[in-house]
This record gives sequence, structure tokens and C-alpha cells, in this order.
Amino acid sequence: MAPPSRFGDKAFQWLTLAMAMAVVVLVILTGWQLWRGSSLAVQKFGLHFLTTSTWDPVTEQFGALPFIYGTLVSSLIALLIAVPLSIATAVYLTELAPLWIRQPLISLIEMLAAIPSVILGLWGIFVMVPWLRDYPFPFLKRLFGWTPFFSGPIYGTSMLAGGIIIAIMILPIITSVSREILRSVPDLQREAAYALGATRWEVTRIAVLSYARKGLFGAVILGLGRALGETMAVTMVIGNTPQIAASLFKPGYTLASVIANEFTEATTDIYLEALFEIGLVLFGVTILVNLIAQLLLKTMTTTTSATRAVQ
Amino acid sequence: MTKLHELGSRLLGLFIAFGLSATASAQMMINGAGATFPYPIYSKWFDEYAKVDPSVRFNYQSIGSGGGQKQILAQTVDFGASDGPMSDDNLAKASGKLLHIPTVAGADVVAYNLPGNPKLKFDADTIAGIFLGHIKKWNDPKITALNPAVKLPDQEIVVVHRSDGSGTTYIWTDYLSKISPEWKTKVGTNTSVNWPTGIGGKGNEGVAGQIKQTPGALGYVELIYAIQNKMPYADVKNSVGEFVTPTLESTTAALATADIPDDFRFSMTNAPGKDAYPICGATWLLVYEQQKDPAKGRKVVEFLKWAIKDGEKMAKNLDYAPLPENVQERVLKRIDEIKM
Repeated sequence: MAPPSRFGDKAFQWLTLAMAMAVVVLVILTGWQLWRGSSLAVQKFGLHFLTTSTWDPVTEQFGALPFIYGTLVSSLIALLIAVPLSIATAVYLTELAPLWIRQPLISLIEMLAAIPSVILGLWGIFVMVPWLRDYPFPFLKRLFGWTPFFSGPIYGTSMLAGGIIIAIMILPIITSVSREILRSVPDLQREAAYALGATRWEVTRIAVLSYARKGLFGAVILGLGRALGETMAVTMVIGNTPQIAASLFKPGYTLASVIANEFTEATTDIYLEALFEIGLVLFGVTILVNLIAQLLLKTMTTTTSATRAVQ
Repeated sequence: MTKLHELGSRLLGLFIAFGLSATASAQMMINGAGATFPYPIYSKWFDEYAKVDPSVRFNYQSIGSGGGQKQILAQTVDFGASDGPMSDDNLAKASGKLLHIPTVAGADVVAYNLPGNPKLKFDADTIAGIFLGHIKKWNDPKITALNPAVKLPDQEIVVVHRSDGSGTTYIWTDYLSKISPEWKTKVGTNTSVNWPTGIGGKGNEGVAGQIKQTPGALGYVELIYAIQNKMPYADVKNSVGEFVTPTLESTTAALATADIPDDFRFSMTNAPGKDAYPICGATWLLVYEQQKDPAKGRKVVEFLKWAIKDGEKMAKNLDYAPLPENVQERVLKRIDEIKM
């Protein structure tokens, strides 16, 4: 092994290392700053902050549970809607679409990503929510009204509306990344499957999707990261009510929304620190969800190689 | 060559222009930060005042009342601005005595969405009942008794409130705390509270959007916002039993009869005047009584005096309620007490 002799190589190595470390330092600094900013609240409320549901700036009682719940549920709804749509779109774009349709469709999807959050939010309250209230929601209620998830009165602004608007926002990123991943599947894979007499669907399923599974999962995680932190558009349509309700027609609240809503007018120290702690919790939830996803990915890949070994 | 020449002279011109504006910005810069509600009139004042005294320039950041209070306490600005008076706790943190200078006032209106948009009347009991969640239907006897001429539907009232912290909410909850003991003990007064019922909309536009889009909705928005968006709003019974339409005049009338203490940390909701609209509030500038920089302090005082004497006349055009004369005089006297 020859030692890197050129000064340029060394310098480049150090430079890239420094860049990579800057990201790590940035994350640590953010976490530390949030921790420092919320120390009073952390001391005062302890674990109760995570397990209680009262958010009362007047009596200065602060509990984050409904916000944690709202963040997780709205993101989950968003993933349930966006993942099948995005992956199907990506499959269509790489495997099936005629060339003349590809480029316009790709541009359109990328344009969706460029719409500012607040514009989407305003469109949400003036167009999407009234439409949801008048057509799809009553339909869902007729079909699934017997379950607790779709019961109760329909106002339009709701956890479900929040999830849908997040789905619209994360659709472009999951689609774009998935498309790149599917494109990187070697043609050899497809040709081999065709050679074995597979139909088009079988080729897509076995040779392409299964091969790209790990990458697609990564695309979903990227979307999830965006979903957890999405703020403005959700705030406009979710109803901003800190409650934990089974019905998705009821309004909810997310961690990011409460910070956006209340930070500017928070005057007392403990109130401000509680909002900082909400930021810390959001930071923690995001890291935790990502860690769980990494673990899932790991078990997924080990089982695949295990089944391969058996075969 | 001539082209290069031309370019050169243009560049030179640009440099000179820059140089001039640099000397212009060497004028005194007065920094302020705080409330968003009075931002339109404050920027108008700063513009107009630049013609009166070209030697000062103002930089105002409308970051919210919380930020305004924090920054004046930290002395990172020369004046703060807030839609609610500062609490005793926060005042105690100040390094010197902080003065509250009221500037203009605004009103909250009860806006709603009903078929045909009838003109409705409400009193303290019904408003508190609706926001506490006791009155749930539009045809509740308490509402129909006040509006015998209107046929009210057997429909649920969808309560809409602000989700973001705001001076509008401060005025609203201040009113409810005054008229309803139950509200006072259960909920209280603040820029954001733990709402017993309802859906939260972000900003005036969020609440207005919800009300406009939801049949049977009822909520509160700033008077200006309701007028500009042509939303129907209700007359409210005041403390002497008169039904009053919210206007700039009835807001100023409330200011004229409100009980205003010498530190100007007053609440003008439920004021006793016959013509006073009950749900309104003022907004304040916050300055230290003892100015650290005498030159700057003098300029601030001059501006404040101008604002109260001449600036108030511009209020109505921008849909703000000006201070009545008796209050203007008291405020001017207080401004005189600022020391350099």
C-alpha cells in the first residue's frame, strides 16, 4: 500500500473530513442549545412533560403528549398515503411510461416540491379542507363510521386533513429519490427475469422492486424526516387543538405547529423554556424515529440475505 | 472606448450615490421591535416622521409582543412594543423603570357564518357560554332571546379561535375574564390559553378562513380584518346594557371611559361608557424612563410627542382607533418625564 504522496490528496481528504464533521457538530450544537434553552422547564416538569396532556400558558402547566401524538399520527397518515403513490409513480416513470410523458411528469412533480409551505397551507384551508369536508370525509364516515377512527362530527380541519397536506408535501421527495433508485437497478436484472419468462409485473416486482428495496426504504425515511418537521401548511389545516382523540376527523396539534404558533408571543421564562423543550422533544422524536428505521432496515436486509442463503 | 468611458462614469455615479446614502445612514438610527398589530401605523409614522426630522431613521421589527418585551428588557432595542401590558414579574426584570406609552387601540369582533348572514346581537353571557362550551347550538334559547327577529338554525356552533399567540386573543380573553367568573378561574387571560372548546386557526387569516369555509362557525377577529374582508359581525351588549356596533368611534369611546391608572397598564374591555364597545384593547410602546444615550433619548422623546400630537390623526385612515384627547394629554405629560 503506497502512502498518499501528493499534498493535494491529503488536503482534499482533510477538507472533506472537516465538512463532514461540520454536520456532526451542527447537530450536536443544536441539541445542546435546545437542552440549555429548556433546562428550567426540564427541571420543573421532569418526565411529566412527556406524559401529561395539559398545555396551559396561564397557569404555566405544560405537557407535550398531545403534540407528540399529533406529530406521529399525522406523519403516519402522510406516509400511508404518500408511500404507495410515490413508489407507484416512480415505477411508472422508470418502467412503463412512454418517453414523451416522462419528462413533463417529472417536471410537474418537481414543481410540486417548489410550492412554499405557506401557500400550500392557504390553499389547504380555502380549497382542500372545504372539499374534504363536503365529499371524501362524509364518504369515509359512511363506510367506516362504525370504527372509532372515522366517527364524530366533521369540521374539515382535522388530523386527517393535516396528514393529507403532509402527504402532498412529501410526495415529490419520495418520488424523486425512488425514481433515481429504480433507475440505478442494472438492466441485467430485468433482462435476466425476462429471459426466465417473467411477465412485466413479475419483472417489476421481483427484479426491480425487490432489488431496490433498501434504497426505497431510504427514500421513505427521507420523506418521514420532512413529515415530522413540517410546520406551516399543517398548522393551517390541523385545527391546533391539543387533544388525543381516536377519530381522525377531530382536530389535533403537532410539535412543530405549537412552536410556530406560540413562540413569538411567549412572555414568561418558563413558557418560553417549555416551547424550547418542545423543540428538544421534536429533535429527540426525529432522531428516535430515524434510529428505529435504521434498525428496521438492518433486520430487513439480514433476513433477505438469510432467505437467500436458504435458497 | 467610449462605452468603457460611459460605464466608468456610471460606476462613479453609483459610488457617489452610495457615498451619499452612507452619510445619510450616518444619521441616528433608532431601533424598535415588538407587536405586529400596530405595525402598519407605526411604519406610516416612521415614514411621515422622516419628513419632520430627517436626522433620524427608524428600524422596527414586528416580531411579536413577546419578542418586543424580551428585547427591551435585554436593552437590544431603543423601544419595545407590546399588545398587552407587561406583567409585574417581567417589569421587575428591567434594569430601570419602564414606561408604557399607549398609542392606538383596536377591537375584536364576533364574526360568524350563517345562511343569509343576518345581523346578530350577543351579550356577555352568550359569548362566555359559547366559548366555555355550554351553549352548543345556534337555536339555544339564550341566543334566540337576543335575536327574536332572526330564525336561527338547529345547528352546532363551530367555535374558532386563534391558535397563535396574539394581542387579539389577549383582548378577547381579558374581556371573557372580566364578564365571566367561570372563565376567569378556568381559563384566564393571556396571548394564548388552554381553550375549553373550538378549533384553532393561525392568524387573522386562519380564523377568517375557517369561519368563511365552515357553515355554523363563530369566532373572533380584529375589527379591521372583518371590515376589509367583508365578514358579518355582531353587536355586543356593553356594561351599561346598550348594544353597540364595533367601530373605531365606539372603540375610542371605550378608551375615553376606561379606568386608566397612572402607569398606563390598563385594560379597556367592558368599559362603562354608554357608547363604548366592550371588547377592545390598546397597544403600547415601551421605553425606559432613564435614557442611557442622551442624544438618542431626546430624539425618541421628540418622536413620541409627535406621534401622540400629530400621528394620532393618521390612525383612522388606517382603521385604528386613536386615543381620546384626555388620554393624549396624560400620555404627553408622562413622555415629559423621560430623563436623559
